[in-house]
Amino acid sequence: MTGNAPDIHLRLMSQPKLLASVRSMVVALSERIGFGEVESGHVALAVDEALANIIRHGYKQRENETIEIDVWALTDPNPGIRIIIEDEAPQIEPDAIKGRDLDNVQPGGLGVHIMREVMNTCSFEKRNKKGMRVIMEKLLEENAAGSSSSNSEQEVPGNG
Amino acid sequence: MPQEVPPQTVNKKSQETDNDIMSTNQDLPIQIDAITDGVVIRPSGDIDLSRAPSLRTQIAEVFKTTPMRMIVDLSDVPYMDSSGVATLVEGMQIASRSGTKFILLGLQDRVRSIFEIARLDTVFTITLDMEAAERF
Repeated sequence: MTGNAPDIHLRLMSQPKLLASVRSMVVALSERIGFGEVESGHVALAVDEALANIIRHGYKQRENETIEIDVWALTDPNPGIRIIIEDEAPQIEPDAIKGRDLDNVQPGGLGVHIMREVMNTCSFEKRNKKGMRVIMEKLLEENAAGSSSSNSEQEVPGNG
Repeated sequence: MPQEVPPQTVNKKSQETDNDIMSTNQDLPIQIDAITDGVVIRPSGDIDLSRAPSLRTQIAEVFKTTPMRMIVDLSDVPYMDSSGVATLVEGMQIASRSGTKFILLGLQDRVRSIFEIARLDTVFTITLDMEAAERF
């Protein structure tokens, strides 16, 4: 969490057709921050996967629910991007959110693995009263140094 | 057993209507072309949660023709998320059971990246060009 107001705040309905618009916004901001084309795409991918998880598993494909996205363009000393996504879906234990074994090739189960892999940090927590929160961060410096994930988090069971 | 698909039997694009923007599963433009021993599926555009079902439906339809070879040409797919990858994993598994050669072609960097992240780049047969895909 951060005490500063986000640079971007989005409130969207839980509709898959809106994912492309969110990706475009994330790519544009990431490139403005200084990430390269592929890395900006990775940030958008992480957001996309988080939203898809919420829509599919949290809201069970209901399209009239809400999702809130806060984005910070981080500045010195550690420039990068921080993204917090909140929903009002039923809460689950963050420790239960795990990706599938990648050696067991099957459809689905990749979403949170991807989020962890492409971001420097990715964590899940319960909100105060209802819903879940995912917090992700990617720093330019670690990216430039070739470092990838340094996280230890979770995945929604059966996540796709 | 896989059968040869007559070249004239398939060559279509999924139809888009004015209502698509309102639907949960948005149609993905997909061109399907017959080759000597199978079919080439050419989706066009981002493949995400809203459009992966369209690809899944088309792949399932093509499997009904029991092709010997199914080539999925991703040259015109600039973005794919895990929903799209899951659809292709499912296709690969069906192909394995039915004896169909299932080949991916023309992955753009961003798309290839997700296969690498998921460690699927060595699981799928991925070729750079159509000649290699038809020869494999």
